Amino acid sequence: MSQKQYWKGLEELNKPAQQEVATDEFNEDLPFDLSGNLLDATTPRRDFLKYLGFSTAAAMLAASCEMPVRKVIPYAIKPDDITPGVPNFYASTFVDNGDYCAIVIKTRDGRPIKIEGNEKSSITRGGTSARVQASVLSLYDKARLRQPFSEGHEATFAAIDKAIAEGMSGLSGQAYLLTGSILSPTTKEVISQFIAKFPTVKHVVYDPISYSGMLQANEVSYGKRSLPSYQFDQAQTIFSLGADFLGTWLSPIEFAKQYSAGRRIGVKNLKMSKHYQVESIHTITGAKADERAVCKPSEMGAVAIALYNAVTTGAAPNFGSKKLNETIAKAASDLKKGNGLVVCGANDVNLQTVVNAINDKIGANGTTINWSISSNYKQGIDSDMVNLVNAMNSGQVGALFIHGVNPVYEYFQGAKFADGLKKVKLTVSFADRMDETAQQCKFVVPDNHYLESWGDAEPKTGYISLMQPGIAPIFKTRAFQDSLLTWAGATTTYGQFWNQFWSSKLGSQENFDRSLQEGIIELAIAPSASGATFTGNVANAINALQSSKPASGNKELVLYEKVSIGRGAWMSNNPWLQEMPDPITRGTWDNYACVSPKTAFELGAELTSINEVDYKKHVIKITANGITIELPIVTVPGMHNDVIAIAVGYGRDEKVGRAAAKTGKNAYPFQVWNGLTFDLYSGANIEKTNDFYDIALTQTHNSYEGRAIIHEFSLEEFSKNPEELYRDREEEIGHYTTLPWKKEGYEGNEPKLGEYVAAVPATDALEEGFRENGTLYPNYESPGIHWGMSIDLTACIGCGACVIGCQAENNVSVVGKTHVLKAQEMHWMRIDRYFTGMPNDPDTIQTVFQPMLCQHCDNAPCENVCPVAATPHSSEGLNMMTYNRCIGTKYCANNCPYKVRHFNWMDWNGADCFQDNLYEDGRRDDMNDDLTRMVLNPDVTVRSRGVMEKCTFCVQRLQDAKLHAKKEGRPLQDGEAKTACQQACPTDAILFGNVNDRTSAIYKLRAQEQVHRKFYVLEQLHTLPNVNYLSLIRNTDVIVGGNEKLDGMMNDHI
Amino acid sequence: MVQFIILSETRAQRGKYFLKKGVQVLSLCCSFALALSKGKLILNFIPVLESVKPMFRKIASGIFSLVFALLFCNLTAVAQDGKALFNSNCAACHNPIKDATGPALQGVDQRREKDWIYKWIKNPSAVIAAGDPHAKELVDKYKIVMTAFPNLTHEEIDAIIKYVDDYKAPGAEPAAAGQPAGEPAAAESNGWLYTFITVILLALVIVLWRANYGLRRVANEKEGLPNEKEVPFYRNKVVIAIVVILVFIFCGYWLTNGAIELGRQQNYQPEQPIFYSHKVHAGVNQINCLYCHSGAEKSRQAMVPSPNVCMNCHKQINEYTGKEKLVSAEGKEFDGTAEIQKLYKYAGWDPAKKEYIRDANGNIKDQPIAWTKIHNLPDHVYFNHSQHVKVGQVQCQRCHGDIQNMDEVYQFAPLSMGWCINCHRQTEVKFADNNYYSIFEKYHEEIKSGKRTGVTVNDVGGTECAKCHY
Repeated sequence: MSQKQYWKGLEELNKPAQQEVATDEFNEDLPFDLSGNLLDATTPRRDFLKYLGFSTAAAMLAASCEMPVRKVIPYAIKPDDITPGVPNFYASTFVDNGDYCAIVIKTRDGRPIKIEGNEKSSITRGGTSARVQASVLSLYDKARLRQPFSEGHEATFAAIDKAIAEGMSGLSGQAYLLTGSILSPTTKEVISQFIAKFPTVKHVVYDPISYSGMLQANEVSYGKRSLPSYQFDQAQTIFSLGADFLGTWLSPIEFAKQYSAGRRIGVKNLKMSKHYQVESIHTITGAKADERAVCKPSEMGAVAIALYNAVTTGAAPNFGSKKLNETIAKAASDLKKGNGLVVCGANDVNLQTVVNAINDKIGANGTTINWSISSNYKQGIDSDMVNLVNAMNSGQVGALFIHGVNPVYEYFQGAKFADGLKKVKLTVSFADRMDETAQQCKFVVPDNHYLESWGDAEPKTGYISLMQPGIAPIFKTRAFQDSLLTWAGATTTYGQFWNQFWSSKLGSQENFDRSLQEGIIELAIAPSASGATFTGNVANAINALQSSKPASGNKELVLYEKVSIGRGAWMSNNPWLQEMPDPITRGTWDNYACVSPKTAFELGAELTSINEVDYKKHVIKITANGITIELPIVTVPGMHNDVIAIAVGYGRDEKVGRAAAKTGKNAYPFQVWNGLTFDLYSGANIEKTNDFYDIALTQTHNSYEGRAIIHEFSLEEFSKNPEELYRDREEEIGHYTTLPWKKEGYEGNEPKLGEYVAAVPATDALEEGFRENGTLYPNYESPGIHWGMSIDLTACIGCGACVIGCQAENNVSVVGKTHVLKAQEMHWMRIDRYFTGMPNDPDTIQTVFQPMLCQHCDNAPCENVCPVAATPHSSEGLNMMTYNRCIGTKYCANNCPYKVRHFNWMDWNGADCFQDNLYEDGRRDDMNDDLTRMVLNPDVTVRSRGVMEKCTFCVQRLQDAKLHAKKEGRPLQDGEAKTACQQACPTDAILFGNVNDRTSAIYKLRAQEQVHRKFYVLEQLHTLPNVNYLSLIRNTDVIVGGNEKLDGMMNDHI
Repeated sequence: MVQFIILSETRAQRGKYFLKKGVQVLSLCCSFALALSKGKLILNFIPVLESVKPMFRKIASGIFSLVFALLFCNLTAVAQDGKALFNSNCAACHNPIKDATGPALQGVDQRREKDWIYKWIKNPSAVIAAGDPHAKELVDKYKIVMTAFPNLTHEEIDAIIKYVDDYKAPGAEPAAAGQPAGEPAAAESNGWLYTFITVILLALVIVLWRANYGLRRVANEKEGLPNEKEVPFYRNKVVIAIVVILVFIFCGYWLTNGAIELGRQQNYQPEQPIFYSHKVHAGVNQINCLYCHSGAEKSRQAMVPSPNVCMNCHKQINEYTGKEKLVSAEGKEFDGTAEIQKLYKYAGWDPAKKEYIRDANGNIKDQPIAWTKIHNLPDHVYFNHSQHVKVGQVQCQRCHGDIQNMDEVYQFAPLSMGWCINCHRQTEVKFADNNYYSIFEKYHEEIKSGKRTGVTVNDVGGTECAKCHY
């Protein structure tokens, strides 16, 4: 079988070291001293008996307690719409400043426990992200404020309202309302009412991760200070200059949906978009790119200009990097074919102007860029914020109201903002926690969590999404809008105002109720895409870019948002997000300086330190903008050799919460104010130190020992020979059976792949023959349902929404950094990341994501070795896990070739019957408060210490779906049972269903539509997995990292 | 068995007067295991003993007494079967002496042929379909077809009939409670008889053993052979071994049973905050269970009703005028009217003004009732009422017992996993009626071809772990 060489860390390229690691997987010493006299002791047997006797007696004492008396307390007056034990679903909207997702809240007995995507929204189309999934945990965040505060003391709303009324009446100087981007039309109305009452108030919008450059460039280019709608699904060629549009850029859920829609590859549809990515760090968007080249951030302007020239004049780019030149030239010729789209992640007016010019030249406006629907995700103009801070420091500001942002932490000169804040007489924060800014404010009037709020959002003009609460406010908090209305002297509440606003817009209360139930109000017919006339001055922009000074220092620094933690805010204190491995680095619980392998080597990191097995990482000193911080390095193949990258959102104050505190360093001060915008790129000097720091990386925790588990083809290869993978499989497993058409007399009757013929099931014959003849065990049948899952590696973008969705659905424990370091993380679903290519040449690196979960093997290795039959197989093809039967031998985990079983080494969640057994590390423990435990799914057992656990295919959902069908007396419909990962996925990479049902999507996919791409991981072991994968197809003609190059690659490196 | 004896004999014939300790223990275990499985063979064992040497003889006699003890245990176990079988299979619908959902069963073997009873229990529908006049009579009278119990063996059915025939109503003749009369007395005296015989036989064994021992000593003295030193019985290793094994077995039996019982609460009958009588509501007044427990068809929880549901009726009904006395398990009598007053307190109802008591905001001043939960399942068990009540159409009484006759509710079923599994093995799903099961093509074909009469819960995977544990 042709196989690219995939590696997950550099250590795998160093054969002796890799073998050492592989053979000595558990190289820690046993926790007791065997060398001493333990075994020579005079009475070891007696001691043993003593311990045995004592522990038996202790266990008996503990076990023979009386049965507790339990109470069952019904409602005093049961609400009509709640049936205990039956979930209610409410359509609502996730809004976090400009981040948007249409959602459905699942509530059980009046408390939200899970977020799903709202499929009715034409923007996010049912997709979610890890942050959206994790936001439900933040509702129960212990660090949330439980009442308003006045000068650090607990206060009442009445007292604060009075004080603010007094403050505003005696106001001297200007008053400001500082917010993040506001998507809500009614909130904007409320703000204008507030301004009408206090005309001195100015509204400043500030985005910590700013898109001001784009807004300003669009103003220059098109006369509109707004963002258009991007249509990645319409694009045949996508060129991204440093924009991580699948992970963090602007509206990643929407773009991921669109992007994957344009890349649904099958033998009947051999078309897919071509994606070029030029970037300086390694993002998940870069990982999915068909062609990827790296450049320094300071070269991005030049790259844009080169692309502009290539598109307009056909001039060949002239960079030092051959790959970069090729990429730009090829991209230019593809873009010119039409339906191209160029996006850029830089917050730079001139750069964005040039990008606009390119889009204009290639005719993107009106095809892939729709100007008739503008996006409202980001509205902040950076200079407004700089002016505000200057005004504050010069004492011109009399009052400041801060909502949604945290400038003391996020502003590039946080200290300057804090100084300015001291000069403002009336400072009010609406923060949900005592964050860095709220601590410095006189009044803190906490806003409701979005799951407790009425509201709305207009992410795109004309596309409304309504927000309704899933729970009454848990604490004494008040909606931000209600506070403003109260201070403006309005008599209505925001809820009433909002209701009136929409019911009058929609014509009637009835229409409003229906819209509220559906969660969205959209135009029946979307306006047809329209362009805009480019009126910008490209020459000026090009001149400005060319004359900009090169970055100083020996390296260039890039600040980036992690897919999980984002800009910081509430995400910092979310243990689910903190423990979610970063898609590329696979790091948890920290930020770090990402460097390329070559740079790491230069920094003196030896193999043990630059590889990922050893968690001790070299600490380096990074100096930029006159600020120095020390961070450990993590090697990321595929990064530009002269670049270091640091994630923002770390280094939070203790009061932000226990999970956030003392984690990493704050990188925001490295932002640069370039006179127009905040720049996330700057020059930097780095130097070695002799310190080490532990970083909990997860990728090397599970090794496949180099066996072929991924199949990847270029589009060209696949188009030419789509049957290659199937023929390889046939070679591997076909000899177990004589395929019907190979029998005498049938030669030449071989059916075409994917054409299911009832008499000769083309694909089933191969698999069925292997199933029956490849083992000595009898073949068990599934008389009713047989569950199966398919994961499309082409569609998977590695974003981690499924990981967190699974965690929320299945009560998966957070273990904390200490135990991640010991490879004891509990995620049932993980996304393995593999590299191919030459580590020292970032241009050659291609990255692959492979979601890995229990494969529910029909001939499962784990089942046979369990001494207590705690993990048997069901007639529906599920590999069941019975916690109450498990005695924790871990034989199953040792025998699982997919490494998907997880052992509860500690009592993570207080599920043990023994008291005071709960594991605590000071960081993750907020998870175990009575408040945070409200997020647990009551249909799933909380596992206690000493038992094994793993993916169950969300059996509670399957049972529920079946029960629904049974109650209605009808067969189960296809798509009725969905797993949490499937539902969370923004790219529809996961399909799940009943393979016994020949009309189901999963059956059709396996037997007909995707026969050519289908494969099972480690199929040759005859584990008969119920999870199949679809091969990765890259629209590229350069396949790097072939076998023949591997030895050379190793020699080159280290 | 044979192999074992030969082995022992050859060892003995080699003139070794003692077996090694390990072999001794091993043979004890082996013979014990064999004795368990093939008790009868032990009788053949005795003549062989004559020829073997003393140590082995000691062991054998030990086994002998063990077998007796075990025989005795077995007998008592069989005697209990009828009651257990009746309670787990029949009691939900049948009372031995009263007509309930089904007829009173006492004397059924006199009313009907045994064969008819077997056929009826195993497949009532088939008997009805065959046009049996008795069956028709039953269906006409009780308007319900009995659940089939295809898995009950003839012996088990006999045991049930015997239990039913022997049954005496508890408290029916309180004066005679202490004095066994009629057949039950005979059954009891049987037990005593066995005990008596065992004791006699045991005594005989000991006497014979001592006699044999004494005679052999005398014989040895006569022949000039050395005698073993006599040890008191409490130092005798065989005796010690037997005692240890016996203690181990009985303690183990006791401990295992105790451990299995941990966390189970069959017959748990706690006192409740309000003396609410299911007998009055569901029995006398015939209120449908689902009126109050409305979740039973919709949710995993059947739901204890909130006081506002009680108030639907109790706004009008403010005193208890029923003839039935409300008596708790301890014999305490309750005043129904006073209990209704307690409800009013919880519900926030002013019985004088006939309206709810409200606070300044207009909210009813009520408080929830903290009932004591009787039926508790461990956290790792998922049980869904609607699955059983709506889909399986299981009667409430099947698990909750004769609830319409309980003044004070107690836990009728053990709620153990064995109990659940047993039912899942025996109960047939509504295979033909519920279209959900149309996907089980194989079973439909088998039914058509007559290979199969019905599909049990077990056949559709109802005893798999992940049906209840996840």
